Amino acid sequence: MDRYSFSLTTFAPNGKLLQIEHALAAVGNGSTSVGIKAANGVVIATEKKAGSSLIDVSSLEHMAKVCDSIGMVYSGMGPDFRVLVNSARKIAQTYRLTYMEDPPVRILVKELASIMQEFTQSGGVRPFGVSLLLAGVDERGPNLYQVDPSGSYFPWKATSIGKNMVNSKTFLEKRFNGDMELEDAVHTAILTLKEGIEGQMTEESIDIGIISTISVAQDGNAKPEFKRLSTAEIKDYLSNII
Amino acid sequence: MSIMEYNGSAVVAMVGKNCVAIATDKRLGQRALTVDMGFEKVAPVTDNIYIGLAGLATDVMTLHDRFRMRVNLYKHREERTIEPKTFSNMVSHMLYERRFGPYFVEPVIAGLEKNGQPFICSMDLIGCINYADDFVVAGTAADNLFGMCESLWEPDLGPEELFETVSQAMLNAVDRDSMSGWGAVVHILTPEGVITRELKGRMD
Repeated sequence: MDRYSFSLTTFAPNGKLLQIEHALAAVGNGSTSVGIKAANGVVIATEKKAGSSLIDVSSLEHMAKVCDSIGMVYSGMGPDFRVLVNSARKIAQTYRLTYMEDPPVRILVKELASIMQEFTQSGGVRPFGVSLLLAGVDERGPNLYQVDPSGSYFPWKATSIGKNMVNSKTFLEKRFNGDMELEDAVHTAILTLKEGIEGQMTEESIDIGIISTISVAQDGNAKPEFKRLSTAEIKDYLSNII
Repeated sequence: MSIMEYNGSAVVAMVGKNCVAIATDKRLGQRALTVDMGFEKVAPVTDNIYIGLAGLATDVMTLHDRFRMRVNLYKHREERTIEPKTFSNMVSHMLYERRFGPYFVEPVIAGLEKNGQPFICSMDLIGCINYADDFVVAGTAADNLFGMCESLWEPDLGPEELFETVSQAMLNAVDRDSMSGWGAVVHILTPEGVITRELKGRMD
């Protein structure tokens, strides 16, 4: 009777869930995003691609703050990302309501991934067409996690998702080292994005978010805060590269 | 008679120098009848947090179980032990969830934070937290305990001195309250561990 009461995501004979494979293809068509975990912080960055020169690029928001200590970026379908940002923010505030503190990154990731998994096993819905990179600081220090449309999540030291992910990851493998400071990590993230970008890289065409533990090193009670870099700050970083 | 006074109880927590004390009486009554002289109202939550619950005994027992369940879930999900302040906020949340059909308890929480700092707080039955840096009291003997603590407490008492102070406050307060007493238990939490002692008082 109801055609959509059973799941649209069903197993193929080879054991794969084709809808998830297709969702990953949607991710692969999206702008590249990069994340790097430094010794004293995390940086996530993405390419802000404007379809036409008439688009007001400064108002595009690819980087989202989930809560004070966690930020998120994506590759794939923008509208799906917006829904997940709302879910993530609600998860974080619900946790805060009970415990009066921000959730540890791994806890938020688990809950968000669990929501994404639900959409691969429920009736009448499709998987999310985004992969997410979550960056945050908690009692364990800096964290970088990737969450896929299937609901799988991976902790990373450095990674890339989206169109240019294969080349970017090769680039990062050469450039990354565990002792990197946040400043170097931002520099490396920009270089990684530059490898795959079409046309000129300007402060309007990339979005960067960082969270650092530097304040905590100075004052044990300080709360690290995730922030998007302003176009002026990005311009400064770019001037050191070009 | 108020439902909070049906079973009778006395709970107190005090801050010392790098240590905290939490003490309760041991009486379980049903109005005037004494039913148990070994009813412990304080339980460990983690190695560094103890919670004492004054009020209706059935809710005291149920909540001890519920807190243990929540703390265990927290420990397994987050792969770390809960801190005193976080635990207090969780307790407050759990009590307010029952705002219009509350648990008839008044919790008293004592613990040591990760950095060794002493922590105490108490709450009303619907979860209003009272953070204190000297002492907190609850139960049918609360007024008496307030008087005793106000006179006897001073800052920076070491573990042994704190034990003497909290014991005197407890014993003399419950002696003036018909609904609490029949012995007492004192736990002193220090960074090195917990020292538990039983007090012998008037058995009436």
